[in-house]
Amino acid sequence: MAEELFNESVSELSRLMAQGSLSSVDLMRAVIARTKAVDPRIRAFNSFDEADALAQARASDERRAEAKASGSGGPPRPLEGIPIGMKDVISVAGQPLTASSQILAGFISPYDATATRKLKEAGAICWGRLNLDEFAMGSSTENSAFGTTSNPWDLERVPGGSSGGSAAAVAAGEAIASLGSDTGGSIRQPAALCSVVGMKPSYGRVSRYGLIAFASSLDQIGPFARSVEDAATVLGVISGHDPRDSTSLKIDVPDYNRGIADFVKAGRRWKLGVPKEYFGDGLDPEVGAAVQAAIDEYRRMGCEIREVSLPHTKYAVGAYYIIATAECSSNLARFDGVRYGHRSAAATDAVDLYFKSRAEGFGPEVKRRIILGTYVLSSGYYDAYYLRAQKVRTLIRRDFLEAYKEVDAIVTPTSPTPAFKKGEKAANPLAMYLNDIYTIGVNLAGLPGISLPCGFTKSGLPIGLQVIGQPFRETELLAVARGYEERTHWRERRPKL
Amino acid sequence: MQVKTRSKMFTRAAVGYGQPENTLTDPVVLALPGTLPVMNKEALDKIIKAGLLLGCSIAPVCKWDRKNYFYPDSPKNYQISQYDQPICRGGSVEIELPGPSRNVMGEHKHIELTRIHLEEDVGKLNHGEGVSLVDFNRAGTPLMEIVSEPVIRSADEAFAYLTALKTVMIYGGISDCDMEKGQLRCDANISIRPAGATALGTKVELKNLNSFSFVRDGIEHEIRRQLAVVQSGGTIAQETRDYDGQAGTSQSLRSKEMAHDYRYFPDPDLMPVEVDEAWKSALRAECPEMPFDRQRRLQKDYGVPYTITSVLVPDRELGDFFEEAARACGRPQAAANWIANDLLRELGAAKASLAQSKVRPQHVAALVKLVEDGVILSNAAKEVFIDMFQTGEMPAAVVERRGLKAETNLDELERWCAEAIAANPKSVADYKGGKESALNAFKGPVMRAAKGKADPKRVDETLRRLLSP
Repeated sequence: MAEELFNESVSELSRLMAQGSLSSVDLMRAVIARTKAVDPRIRAFNSFDEADALAQARASDERRAEAKASGSGGPPRPLEGIPIGMKDVISVAGQPLTASSQILAGFISPYDATATRKLKEAGAICWGRLNLDEFAMGSSTENSAFGTTSNPWDLERVPGGSSGGSAAAVAAGEAIASLGSDTGGSIRQPAALCSVVGMKPSYGRVSRYGLIAFASSLDQIGPFARSVEDAATVLGVISGHDPRDSTSLKIDVPDYNRGIADFVKAGRRWKLGVPKEYFGDGLDPEVGAAVQAAIDEYRRMGCEIREVSLPHTKYAVGAYYIIATAECSSNLARFDGVRYGHRSAAATDAVDLYFKSRAEGFGPEVKRRIILGTYVLSSGYYDAYYLRAQKVRTLIRRDFLEAYKEVDAIVTPTSPTPAFKKGEKAANPLAMYLNDIYTIGVNLAGLPGISLPCGFTKSGLPIGLQVIGQPFRETELLAVARGYEERTHWRERRPKL
Repeated sequence: MQVKTRSKMFTRAAVGYGQPENTLTDPVVLALPGTLPVMNKEALDKIIKAGLLLGCSIAPVCKWDRKNYFYPDSPKNYQISQYDQPICRGGSVEIELPGPSRNVMGEHKHIELTRIHLEEDVGKLNHGEGVSLVDFNRAGTPLMEIVSEPVIRSADEAFAYLTALKTVMIYGGISDCDMEKGQLRCDANISIRPAGATALGTKVELKNLNSFSFVRDGIEHEIRRQLAVVQSGGTIAQETRDYDGQAGTSQSLRSKEMAHDYRYFPDPDLMPVEVDEAWKSALRAECPEMPFDRQRRLQKDYGVPYTITSVLVPDRELGDFFEEAARACGRPQAAANWIANDLLRELGAAKASLAQSKVRPQHVAALVKLVEDGVILSNAAKEVFIDMFQTGEMPAAVVERRGLKAETNLDELERWCAEAIAANPKSVADYKGGKESALNAFKGPVMRAAKGKADPKRVDETLRRLLSP
């Protein structure tokens, strides 16, 4: 086991460090060595700062030693000494912040995101800059300006996206856990495709301050981890109201792991909803079978399974691509070559500076979405597109809330297919958009959702189970997920690298 | 209009003027990747207060929209503003038009408002040789946009409207309205129509009206220009024109067809803020009396004439100063004269503000009382005023130090008068013969005897009494 420290869970590593049988520096060295060994093939990282990571690890060891010496320690910080990979869209002071875009190549952020600050305060080591689809727009990491990340289970295939680097790094042992961001499935879908746990919290649970905005009303930061327990630990650290983000809610953050344990102890039998709309055309039969098997497992656990209906599901993708692109067209206006980021050398005046800097700096998918978003907000089209999409959004949320009158949580596939081959969908944006069909509704409704491993295809590709919870009821959601995880062993498999 | 706050509209960076370039910034002002706006409650408080002062209806929810356009002085390339739900609607501004003369109150009327909304300011471009530099110090400063209904009928009314608006805003502590610092900026929409027509003509927007006089001149200039166009058989095109106040000329900036499509939509980074009754009543309790109401009250309750209230009232501190002095001495008219004439003259000569004045209301009140009680004479009082303006000493102390006390020994005065009459029988005869001016012949000797410290009025009375049959 000792030589595979990088594949251990947060809880196990914390135990070892608390015992004194492992130092954070040793752990960090193991993760660095692993990253150097496998990342040339995986390419999960845009960059990593070895010296900075080791300095953070040393500082952590010193804190632990001091606390021990003074005897005044109390319980250690929840992530003391644990390397957490950072999606390259979450700001870390003094580190690059690129969003995998040429327009931010070379940009060093001068401030910490609130999630970053909370991780540091919890003792974590903010480790590396993880690859993504440019500005989190995509489902495969192929839209990165700096190269595609490979799926650790099959290097010919994509890891999903947009947080592909964050998922692949945890799956491949290059980070113990990581942060991603989820606008339409960007945490859950790559988690499913890489066989890790990935969670999107309720909208407003985690501060977005320091997260490069794609679509402000949909974006949430969330964790990737190797177990529900680890995901709950990281989520507990980054959650909470932030005076710098007025969309973060003033709601108490429970101790998720204690809550999960209480539910497990009480032997809670959940009422779970299975939405018929999520099992139709386009669902890969092997994925469908694995999810069905997971549902059967829940039934065996004594859970009550009910069919529920989310009738407006078919409008979700359309509404999502209007709202998300509208917001992104405005959010990305700040990348203009005036204050920071790429500035065209060929510009002749201010307007030309905008055109050339943005033309050179943004990739094709980002441009496609900016154009679409600009169009739907244009005078004369606003009511027909944006306003109507917002109404659809309300209906979609209402569908979920209606279902929650009968059930505690909803169980679905995370993604209609397992990992696809690189290039397979790159030429067909619409097919790529449909990959998010089961995850988008959760963002539109502002709900928490989690993806956890629930099997593999015959050819060995991971399959993910999505559990969708009620607004700000993360503990229940995690407990439902934990119930299944506890009875299965999918999470123990590791890719051969 | 710049709302007076310590920090910017959506972040903690300080608001200021005249600081070195790009020092009043932070990651939010510069729109660094990942930053988010958070509303400044002080700014919202102040605009609601402005709305309450002007009788606007206050929206139950404060909602924010993004106004999207690219310009190098705009860090996000969108401005956070309020589009379809301004925080204030309706209301009006009471104005006073120029009267027949400066001493006579002009006609009052109300200019109805359409709306007031809150938004953030942009930065400033400094154009140099071959380069343009951006200073973001001003970016993110809270601004109130006040839109009036098309009811202003002349350049004079526009001038009066701005003057009244400025006075109210300063009264309410909402803005300092310093035009030199860009705290108050104005665009005017102007149209003409045939006498008697009810429909408004095509409007032209005039920009860059950097002072109240430029507003008046610009509007007059635009009315003349439109008249000339119409009289020569042309039609007015809807456009935006740039007014050059120095040259008194204007040129077209853009036509209606070139108008921006701002792609307004609700800002997803900012939650709507509910404005409840408790919030409004708390602010209402802080609202001062409106300037024109105060002027009417001072005229009615204190009997202070228009010529003086029109000096005292527009400056809230000066009005407060007066009321304090008037209450302390119970002689409002006398106090008003000292303040409006002597105090303002001395402050002007010293280039000092009222706040810097060593003369405080209690000084004025005490001085009024000294004169009233006959302790000093009006000539001496002027001297006392100038002295206490310099030294800040109370008037009684100045009188004592300088020996300015009026001669109050009436027996002595009586004796001096009797002596003067006895010494000049010819003038006694003249006076008794009906020659009024003969009285003056006695006054010189009396004043000489009194070494100038006799009250001329009292000397006059005494002489008449002694000469009466």
